[in-house]
Amino acid sequence: MPPELAESTAPSHGARVAALWGRLHGFGPVAGLVLLCIAGTLLNGEFATVDNALNVLTRTAFIGIIAVGMCFVIISGGIDLSVGSMAALIAGCMILLMNKLAQTIGSPVLVIALGMVLSLGLGAVFGLIHGLLISKGRIEPFIVTLGTLGIFRAYLTYFADGGAITLDNALADAYSPVYYGSLLGVPFPVWVFAVVALAGGFILNRTAYGRYVQAIGSNEQVARYAAVAVDKVKVLTYMLLGLCVGIATLLYVPRLGSASPTTGLLWELEAIAAVIVGGTALKGGAGSVTGTVVGAILLSVISNILNLTSIISVYLNAAVQGFVIIIVAFLQRGRR
Amino acid sequence: MTRFTRRLALAAATAAAVLAATPALAQKKEVLGVSMPAATHSFMAGAVYWANEAKKDLEKANPNIQVIVKTAANASEQANQLQDLVTVNKITSLVVFPFESAALTKPVAEVKAKGVYVTVVDRGLTDPSIQDAYVAGDNTAFGKVPAEYIAKALGGKGEIVALRGIPTTIDNERMDAFNSVMKNYPGIKLLDAKHGNWNRDDAFKVMQDFLTRFKHIDAVWAADDDMAVGVLKAIQQANRKDIKLVFGGAGAKGAIKTLMDGSDPLIQANVSYSPKFMYEAIKMTGEARLKGQKLPANNIVPSVLITKQNAKDFYFPNSPF
Repeated sequence: MPPELAESTAPSHGARVAALWGRLHGFGPVAGLVLLCIAGTLLNGEFATVDNALNVLTRTAFIGIIAVGMCFVIISGGIDLSVGSMAALIAGCMILLMNKLAQTIGSPVLVIALGMVLSLGLGAVFGLIHGLLISKGRIEPFIVTLGTLGIFRAYLTYFADGGAITLDNALADAYSPVYYGSLLGVPFPVWVFAVVALAGGFILNRTAYGRYVQAIGSNEQVARYAAVAVDKVKVLTYMLLGLCVGIATLLYVPRLGSASPTTGLLWELEAIAAVIVGGTALKGGAGSVTGTVVGAILLSVISNILNLTSIISVYLNAAVQGFVIIIVAFLQRGRR
Repeated sequence: MTRFTRRLALAAATAAAVLAATPALAQKKEVLGVSMPAATHSFMAGAVYWANEAKKDLEKANPNIQVIVKTAANASEQANQLQDLVTVNKITSLVVFPFESAALTKPVAEVKAKGVYVTVVDRGLTDPSIQDAYVAGDNTAFGKVPAEYIAKALGGKGEIVALRGIPTTIDNERMDAFNSVMKNYPGIKLLDAKHGNWNRDDAFKVMQDFLTRFKHIDAVWAADDDMAVGVLKAIQQANRKDIKLVFGGAGAKGAIKTLMDGSDPLIQANVSYSPKFMYEAIKMTGEARLKGQKLPANNIVPSVLITKQNAKDFYFPNSPF
C-alpha cells in the first residue's frame, strides 16, 4: 500500500495527512455499509434481527464467493464477463449428471458428491480455457469472456430446451441441507463464503502467487522482466475464478433445485460491482479481498432494505442501487 | 475447348430448366411467415414449441401451405427478419409476436404495405390499424381470477402479499385487475407488492424479505409459476405455517403436475395463460387464408381458473413450458 510506505519512510506532516486520508478512504465501503445498516434499522426494526442478517449473508454467498475470484482477475488487470452464464451452465450440467447417475447409483450422497466434483471440475476447465485464450491466444479478456458469456448461456438454454432443468425430488431433498442447513446456527453457505474469503485474503497477501498477481496488474511488462511467469499466473487466476464459480454453483443448486436460462443473469455485473465498490481499481494492480466482501454484502443489503420497506416506488429500486454504488465509490476514491 | 463450351451450355440449360421448374414445385398457394422472440425463458420456449406444432399440423393437413418459423434474439433482429420474410421467402401472410410494441410497429407496417395479411400475437402494436387480426391471452382475467379465488378462499378477510413481474404494461394490467377485484373485499389487506421479475431467484429473495417483514400472511399471489417456485422455497425455509395459499399463474407444466398430484397443500389452483395461443393464432390464420376468409379482429384466448378437477386438460408433458 503506497500510503503506508510513505508513512514509514518520510514521516513529514504532509505525508502523514496523506496516509491518514488514504486509510480513511479505505474505510469507504465499511462506512457505507454501517450507514446503510443504521438506515435499515430505523426504517424497519426487523432489519436488525439475526434471522434477517443470516438471510442477507446467505444470499450474498454466491455473489460474494464469485467476487473473491473476480477480485484476483481484476487485480491482475483482467476481467471476466462470463461468470453468470458459467454458473448457469455448470448448474444445468450438474443437475443433468445427477439425475442420470441417480438411476444407476443407489446412494444419493455419492451422487451429490459426484455432482459437486463435476461442478468444481467444470469451473476449473472453463477458467483454464479462458486463461489460455487470453495469455497464449493473446485475445483481450473482455472479448474472450464476452464470447463465452453468450456460448455458456446458449448451451444451457439448448440443454434445457428453453425451459428449466429440474433436480429429481429425492435428490433435491437429500441435497437441500447444503443450502438450508446450518452449523452452530450459521448456514453452510455463510461458512463457505467465510472460508473462501479468508483463503482468498491469505493467497493475495501472503503468497508469492498473490504478489505476482498484483505485480502483473500494475505493470505486466516489468513483471515479465522480473522473471514472473506471467502467462502461468494469469491462467491460474482465471482457473481460480472458475473454481469460485464452481463453489458458488454447488451451493446454489440446492436452493431451488433447478437451472433455467434466467439463472445467474447479471451475476457478472454484481460481482464486478462488489469488487470495485470494495476499493479495487478496475485497471488492476491493487485491491483487497476484505473490501470485496464488504462490497458484496453492501449490494445485497440495499435490495434487502428496499424489500423491507415501501417508502419509494418499486420502479425506482434499481435507481437506489445505482445511487448507493456511486456514493460509496465516491467515498473510497483513491488519489490519482 | 469445344467440349468445355458444350458442357457450359448444358449446365446453363439445366440451370434454366431447374429455375423454370422451381416455381412450379414451390407453387404453394399460401406462404405463412411466423416471427417471434427466441426461446430464452420457459414461457417463450413453450410459444416456440407450439408454433412448430402448428406448422406440423397445418402443413400435414394442407399440402398447399408452407409455414416458416423464425425466432429473433432482440427487436432489431426481428425487424431484419421481417424484411427477409417478405423479400426472400415471399410470404403472403404473417403471424408476428412482437418483441416490443413500439419498436416493431413500423417494420410490421412495412410488411403490411406489401399486401401481406398480418396477425399480431400477445403484445399489441402501438398502431392497431396495421393488423388484420389480433390474438392474445387475457391479462385482465389473469389478475381477476386469482383475486376472486384468494378472496373466496380467505372468506373475504385476511392479509396478503403479491409479487409482480418485470415492469411492463402486461404486468400493470394484471396488477390493476387484481386490485380492482380486491376493492370489493375491504376485509382483505394487500400488505405489499414487489417485483420478482418472473424469476425464481428474485422471487425467493423478495419472499424471504416479506416473511421477515410481516409476521402474519394468509395468502401469496405469486402471479407466475416460476415465481411460485421461489416463494414456496422461501416459505419452506422459514418454516412458516400461517400461509394457507400460494397462487401462481400461467399453468406451467410443473405447476399443473403439482396441482394434479395434490403434492403441495399450498397450491390449490392456477390460472391459464398458455403459450398455446401461438398455435391457435397460426392455425386460425392459415386456415382462414386458405379458405379466403378473414379472422375476427380481436381474438382473446380466455384465462380460466384451473383446479384439481380440470388440471389434466391443461397438462402438456411434451411442451417445455
